[in-house]
Amino acid sequence: MKYVDEFRDGAIAKRISAAIANQVRPDRRYNFMEFCGGHTHAISRYGVPDLLPANVRMIHGPGCPVCVLPIGRIDLAIRLALEQGAILCTYADTLRIPASGGLSLMKAKARRGDIRMVYAVTDALKIARDNPDKEVVFFAIGFETTTPPTAVAIRQARAEGLKNFSVLCCHVLTPSAIMNILESPEVRELGTVPLDGFIGPAHVSTVIGSRPYEFFAEEYRKPVVIAGFEPLDVMQAILMLVRQVNEGRATVENEFTRAVTPEGNVKAQNLVSEVFELRRSFEWRGLGEVPYSALKIRAGFAEFDAEQRFHLEYQPVPDNKACECGAILRGVKNPTDCKIFGNVCTPENPMGSCMVSSEGACAAHYTYGRYKDVEATE
Amino acid sequence: MSGQVKKGYVRPLDNKHGRVDMSHGGGGRAMVQLITELFARHLGNEYLAQGNDGACLPPGNGRLVVSTDSHVVSPLFFPGGDIGCLSVHGTVNDVAVMGATPLYLTAGFILEEGFPLADLARIVESMARAANEAGVKLVAGDTKVVEQGKGDGVFITTTGVGFLPEGLHLSGDLARPGDAVLVSGSIGDHGVAIMSRRENLSFDAPILSDTAALNGLTANLLASGAHIKVMRDPTRGGLAATLNEIAHQSGVGIHLEEAAIPVKPEVNAACELLGLDPLNIANEGKLIAICAAGDADKLLTAMRAHPLGREAAIIGKVVEDPNAFVQMKTRFGGRRMVDWLSGEQLPRIC
Repeated sequence: MKYVDEFRDGAIAKRISAAIANQVRPDRRYNFMEFCGGHTHAISRYGVPDLLPANVRMIHGPGCPVCVLPIGRIDLAIRLALEQGAILCTYADTLRIPASGGLSLMKAKARRGDIRMVYAVTDALKIARDNPDKEVVFFAIGFETTTPPTAVAIRQARAEGLKNFSVLCCHVLTPSAIMNILESPEVRELGTVPLDGFIGPAHVSTVIGSRPYEFFAEEYRKPVVIAGFEPLDVMQAILMLVRQVNEGRATVENEFTRAVTPEGNVKAQNLVSEVFELRRSFEWRGLGEVPYSALKIRAGFAEFDAEQRFHLEYQPVPDNKACECGAILRGVKNPTDCKIFGNVCTPENPMGSCMVSSEGACAAHYTYGRYKDVEATE
Repeated sequence: MSGQVKKGYVRPLDNKHGRVDMSHGGGGRAMVQLITELFARHLGNEYLAQGNDGACLPPGNGRLVVSTDSHVVSPLFFPGGDIGCLSVHGTVNDVAVMGATPLYLTAGFILEEGFPLADLARIVESMARAANEAGVKLVAGDTKVVEQGKGDGVFITTTGVGFLPEGLHLSGDLARPGDAVLVSGSIGDHGVAIMSRRENLSFDAPILSDTAALNGLTANLLASGAHIKVMRDPTRGGLAATLNEIAHQSGVGIHLEEAAIPVKPEVNAACELLGLDPLNIANEGKLIAICAAGDADKLLTAMRAHPLGREAAIIGKVVEDPNAFVQMKTRFGGRRMVDWLSGEQLPRIC
């Protein structure tokens, strides 16, 4: 396939693999966090760890929008469908996230909640147009990549005078989450997570640009390499991180120059700031309350804000006690460190959010990597 | 499907503008008319013509193999096929990959009130064509009608019957370490054809469903002299699900070579766009065969000699593994598991 296979070429992968092996110092370890679920997925799906030296370890970060969605937010969406009789439009990934009372959006659907899977917010707008006598709510999740389309949809709904469309806004921000990890006691004080650098997001960075990461590089002395989501991108980024670490540098480098510029997509940024403003605080699964880490709909667009329209009160719900998603999302623990991984918690019956999305650290390890836990013999 | 109505006493079915109504399932004259003028007209044969509550069939050669399958595909008409031929192929293939010769089908129709008779006629004609090509006869049937909103046009359940010659035994629990794994052609075509229609994706060359009856191919393979241990058609859940089933049944592992698995470029492109993995996507005209390594080339040659097996390939081998994992060497050079699909990737694909 043109322009995709080129970034999955096994021969080039071998060359980069050899270059990494050649450059790593045998006397030290390299711990890099890929922030994005997209990278986690690529690493697992293409078997990238097999091409890395034993002292280079990839830590899966919290950049999976499904994984960081707290139970309380899913509960709100379920209430809209079951109690308010709204048509709830959602991306498929959120359907199986476990919520309170043994429910999930999929189980709420089986209880006759009108919950519809959509591929884009424009599908939700169409559903609202086609069902003028029903309330239609779009469950908006995601990082900076999915935020501009939601902003466009809200503006479109206003322009069309759609009276039955609103958005349950759960859009979150990447830089605040990275900062939260760097500020966490494990990283700062205890040093239990010796992070040597970050692979920065691909698609998010096309919107926000590479500049927002400069602060981390400078303030926390952590190299950042922004990389595309193809496996060769990831390999190249790892090589660039190894070089920075070896040279004692901590700068923002851009591997994904084919799509990311320093300033990002200014038009999209303006659209977002027209419709959204910062939330004072937002609960992340695994990270807890993170200040100024999410967006809410501006007062000027309040009629499209489902939280206001339906007077929703957010109730935080603690995770299952045995679930280690929090520590896994912060990179403190591996999926296999969790007692319920693979026995109680599986992709079919996820207890924690990391097992729900294919971009989650636990689901990725379960689906693609669990053979490593019990090596097979020929 | 029984009963005949004296000709000339009923107004013919309006096959152009008519629609299914509740009386078509009511057991009265309208139902008999629908059966006679539509179903029996296209699907009729000596067994259906017996007109009794059940078909009485002659004894056959070997053991009886029975399989049943319900079809709820949406949309009903898709690039490369429709629910009619699909409902024949799906069941014929299940019988054929057992090693049996499929001979008879039964069909149950659940029709939704308001469904256009013209569309129903197209579907029944397509079933008749498919059955004819596969050399099977539809020997019994049933029609029910549900109120508007309680169905989605038409659902079809077919049951297939065939005979398995004495001495032939294919089963999912017969794979052994060292055996070769073959696939008869490119994977993911059916699921992607349906998804691209649902999502209005268009490609330079439209992706067609691979829906086809495999009994001709299986007959050739069995005649090739290769010792086939397992055959299976990878429908829902795709290649990944089918290989995991076999691995578990046989208590072995399977190692695949990604580079050897045939996938059409346009199917790959659509999978990229839709975020799908071709390994998880349904096929309706492909089979997987497992045979002793020494017979692999012979079996591959036999597959490629048949029009439905031209792109056949040896894609991996069976290994010892008490965990029954299916693993794959990626084209990229790494390794990964090929797991069952979690949840529901593509609802109502067949």
